Amino acid sequence: MNYEITIGLEVHTELSTKSKIFCNCTTLFGGEPNTHVCEICSGMPGTLPLLNQTVVEYAVKTGLATNCSITRYNKFDRKNYFYPDLPKAYQISQLYLPVCRNGYVEIDSDAGKKKVRIHEIHMEEDAGKLIHDPWEDCTLVDYNRCGVPLLEIVSEPDMSSAQEVIDYLEKLRAILQYTGVSDCKMQEGSLRADINLSVRPAGQKELGTRTEMKNMNSFKAITRAIESESKRQIELLEEGKEVVQQTRRWDDNKGTSYSMRSKEDAHDYKYFPEPDLPPIEISDAQIDEIKSSMPELPQNKKLRYISEFGLPQYDTGIITNSIHLVYLFEETVKICKNPKIAANWIMVELMKLLNDSGTLPENINFNHSSLGKIIVILEQGKITRETAKKVFGEVFYNDVDPDTYIKDNNLSVMTDSLAIRTAIEDVLTQNEKSVNEYKGGKTQAFQYLIGQSMRALKGQAQAQEVTKILKDILG
Amino acid sequence: MQIGSDLVNYLEALARIELTDTQREKCKSDLQDILSYIDTLNELDTSGVEPLSHSFPVTNVFHEDCVQESKDRDGLLLNAPFKKDGCFKVPKTVE
Ligand SMILES: [Zn+2]
Repeated sequence: MNYEITIGLEVHTELSTKSKIFCNCTTLFGGEPNTHVCEICSGMPGTLPLLNQTVVEYAVKTGLATNCSITRYNKFDRKNYFYPDLPKAYQISQLYLPVCRNGYVEIDSDAGKKKVRIHEIHMEEDAGKLIHDPWEDCTLVDYNRCGVPLLEIVSEPDMSSAQEVIDYLEKLRAILQYTGVSDCKMQEGSLRADINLSVRPAGQKELGTRTEMKNMNSFKAITRAIESESKRQIELLEEGKEVVQQTRRWDDNKGTSYSMRSKEDAHDYKYFPEPDLPPIEISDAQIDEIKSSMPELPQNKKLRYISEFGLPQYDTGIITNSIHLVYLFEETVKICKNPKIAANWIMVELMKLLNDSGTLPENINFNHSSLGKIIVILEQGKITRETAKKVFGEVFYNDVDPDTYIKDNNLSVMTDSLAIRTAIEDVLTQNEKSVNEYKGGKTQAFQYLIGQSMRALKGQAQAQEVTKILKDILG
Repeated sequence: MQIGSDLVNYLEALARIELTDTQREKCKSDLQDILSYIDTLNELDTSGVEPLSHSFPVTNVFHEDCVQESKDRDGLLLNAPFKKDGCFKVPKTVE
């Protein structure tokens, strides 16, 4: 039998504000345990939370960028649960009147364009970190992350494969990065997803029973977890068994998920309106102001790159998916004035360097003007393509200045025909066998001799020039 | 609504507290009183009255997004019953 997979996501993203959501402690990642904590974010009795106004601005920005309607009068609610990661024994969140509702994100799936609907976006505070102490078999609590502002972005169950989930997350991440709302560093937990997944026989109208997998923080783990969990559920149905609604934890090392204890599963939060925080009113003027400060969003940028620069759809998709590649691309175009060549260098040479070194675009740390400079020098014929690649590698790993590096290492193209000729003559004397083979009619020998000559010239002579001289000598 | 022992046990579990039998009986009758009072309130016709989300007529009370120094850690941990390595120490949670 065929099965359909239905997936909805709850994405948590930590906002790039300087201070926490209800106090002025820093949101900086890291730091010694409990050094970014005050009376408010550690939940001392008698303290009052005060909302960070930038959090509201970022929430509205995100809502507008994901086509949501903004709740003009919204408020906070108290979500009660007793777990040491929350010192107040409740999380301040939004249940009844979330700040954004009813939006969508458009993804380019295999089946063409698809809208993933956003059910709601709400503001809330992050929890602290629990560290297991194996020596005393107890738990240590660090509240540095406690009170860092979060947006929870809840989608409708509109995705049906791991690929669609990744497409959606990539698009969402690009939107959050473009708007400057979050840096979305998954390894630091600033973008993480809960996956709600169910399966049903193809054609069945009502959805199957769903399970939830919490706090997934890498695209690879998400893909594996979705594939494993849908397989597990299908196998249960095939055996005539039932899927039990539960929260499961994905163990990426073992490649399996397991059910979490039911105690943790008691979703009875006894929500009630948060009495410590007055409601929030958002005016037309504020919305207009935020709208006018919105940057060009990924989808629009992509379309513009295609129509204005004539770039291929695939390339624009890759580049516009990452704000860091966009920064590099736009700076390069500004300098070399040739979008196609700039895109090509990013898609081929940069991608190769990123892959070889296992670097993410967000960790690119060379001067963004360097790639444009290399392209200009190359196009002026001052260096060969081989040299340009070599210099770009140096830029990538060591952030050298292209001009200085080329000058210091004498990498400019050789223009002295006599010197090139002398070098080639040396090569021919050393490769008498190939010369004779060529003269005997073996054309491959010529390619070999060109290669040897280029090597002797350290790639600094233009290939056409070398070919010409070589033909001239060999007759 | 009648408050039974099951409900009191459930609330104990949610709140991670354990009551003595005497406390349970007391809790049961207190909760019963609270709920009867709500029943009294429910006799009022509130159709056409906007739900109240806050007791003061104020909105938009904010702090500016700037960083101020956090509390020094020794002070923060001063009242913690148990601490270790700059952290609050609590009984082992799951995993
Ligand atoms: Zn604080």
